[in-house]
Amino acid sequence: MNALHEFLLRTGDNCLILGHRVSEWCGHAPVLEEDIALANTALDLLGQTKLWLTYAAEVEGKGRSADDLAFLRDAWDFRNVLLTEVPNGDFGRTMMRQYLFDQYHLLMLQGLAQSSDETVRGIAAKAVKEVAYHVDRSRDTVVGLGDGTDESHRRMQEALDYLWPYVGEMFASDTVDAEMAEGGISPDPASLRDAWDAAVADTMAEATLALPDSRFHHKGGRDGRMHTEHLGHMLTQMQWLQRAYPGATW
Amino acid sequence: MYAQMVKSTGQGVKTREEMSPEEAHFQDRVDADEKIEARDWMPEGYRKTLIRQIGQHAHSEIVGQLPEGNWITRAPTLDRKMILLAKVQDEAGHGLYLYCAAETLGVSRDDLTEQLLSGRMKYSSIFNYPTLTWADIGAVGWLVDGAAIMNQVPLQRTSYGPYSRAMIRICKEESFHQRQGYDIMMKMAQGTEAQKRMAQDALNRFWYPSLMMFGPSDAESVHSAQSMAWKIKIDTNDGLRQKFVDQTVPQAEYLGLTIPDETLKWNEDKGGYDFAEPDWTEFFDVLKGNGPCNHDRLKARQDAWTDGQWVRDGLLAHARKKAARKVAAE
Ligand SMILES: [Fe+2]
Ligand SMILES: [Fe+2]
Ligand SMILES: [Fe+2]
Repeated sequence: MNALHEFLLRTGDNCLILGHRVSEWCGHAPVLEEDIALANTALDLLGQTKLWLTYAAEVEGKGRSADDLAFLRDAWDFRNVLLTEVPNGDFGRTMMRQYLFDQYHLLMLQGLAQSSDETVRGIAAKAVKEVAYHVDRSRDTVVGLGDGTDESHRRMQEALDYLWPYVGEMFASDTVDAEMAEGGISPDPASLRDAWDAAVADTMAEATLALPDSRFHHKGGRDGRMHTEHLGHMLTQMQWLQRAYPGATW
Repeated sequence: MYAQMVKSTGQGVKTREEMSPEEAHFQDRVDADEKIEARDWMPEGYRKTLIRQIGQHAHSEIVGQLPEGNWITRAPTLDRKMILLAKVQDEAGHGLYLYCAAETLGVSRDDLTEQLLSGRMKYSSIFNYPTLTWADIGAVGWLVDGAAIMNQVPLQRTSYGPYSRAMIRICKEESFHQRQGYDIMMKMAQGTEAQKRMAQDALNRFWYPSLMMFGPSDAESVHSAQSMAWKIKIDTNDGLRQKFVDQTVPQAEYLGLTIPDETLKWNEDKGGYDFAEPDWTEFFDVLKGNGPCNHDRLKARQDAWTDGQWVRDGLLAHARKKAARKVAAE
């Protein structure tokens, strides 16, 4: 296993799967401005996907393209964290998931912008600006809805409680991460947890939401060992044309 | 064309003698191609007609997100997914510009939205047709945005300033919409047998509904006559339809696709094509709510609105609390 390739898949798949989920909202958001903003987030994430997966394919060296990786891998070859693949739920859950991920994504990209790998550095430098904006927006929404009406507060608390067990996987390190950290390519995700905790505690306090105290977390996405049942359904839709008409140019 | 059969005063165009001094002055300004601004005096009929027209146009942009949005999660490549998402996002933006233009006439966006959701206001008939294959996404960009452009380009010169400025912004984006659609059609028409079949099938299904977008002939319509005198309608429906056909036929030929009209023929004398009228009974059925997707489209918008109520309420409550806290701290 090539650790760099594995790392790039993890990074790119997070963007792809979350970008796809967010794009499911298009045309159905609670207000027009949110519809536009969600499409914007999805577009940024898909743009980043293209860059990460193109590099992943290049490192792999088997002549595959970013599209091949996105549309022709089966679920067990995906390396995104489970948090990104859970269904959208209501708007509150979608935005809570976005915030929890954005806050991690920002810290990770800030680290990657210092990477010893020039391509990684370049992609991260571009992405970090987009994601800084994503955090501002998702944070504002979480605070606004947490500290809104009784109903919006209740829904946001439910969203946080539902998503919390998926948080820990973002910071779980393994041998791939160790190798990346050693080579100065990527920060060790575990090393980002304290900064993430501090930022999230601050946000949830402002949102008047209670942070669950359990540290238990699901895993199996970033190593592909065991995704949720949801990913397969997403892929049947996302990959359908490529699978049904192999070799066609679109 | 996103606004169809917009009613005006229904009384026909007033002669100079019938006009009040204000009306005559207003008409002079319109005739001199001056822009009318929100604060200027305007006839009540002008204001009401514009609200109907801009509102219907805005609703069309919003409902128009749905048939294309239907394929975002199934787009075949990363690039196609991004292009389509950006395109549909533009349409939402167009809706926003237009609702803002309508607001300058004294009607709120919420008010217009309610009229859409209750069925009192319409949106373009075209969005009541389904998108069944990926080629439909090509056909929508090529034909539907193509027809919209036909109507929107002249509307950049419309007499109402805020509407005209919204149109100028919108037109900048529309040509990208049509190009991406045509580009999809190209790939499909030059692709595998299955892709060619999808492309032809898409053209077969979207041709007549696209012609319907311009609305039935309005040569005799008193509504259109008034709207044209006020320059909130620039060309006749038949004129625009002819232009659209003349532009589109060579594009279809270039793709190697057949327009589903056996009577289609170049007419040297008029310098344009003769072509078959769409089935206007079908058009009126669709307007009445009996198109293939009317129910689902409206339901999707109603659900988005109802399901989003708690979000709008929550954000509003938060904004109020924040403002109150600020006052208390001062
Ligand atoms: Fe548009
Ligand atoms: Fe459009
Ligand atoms: Fe468009």
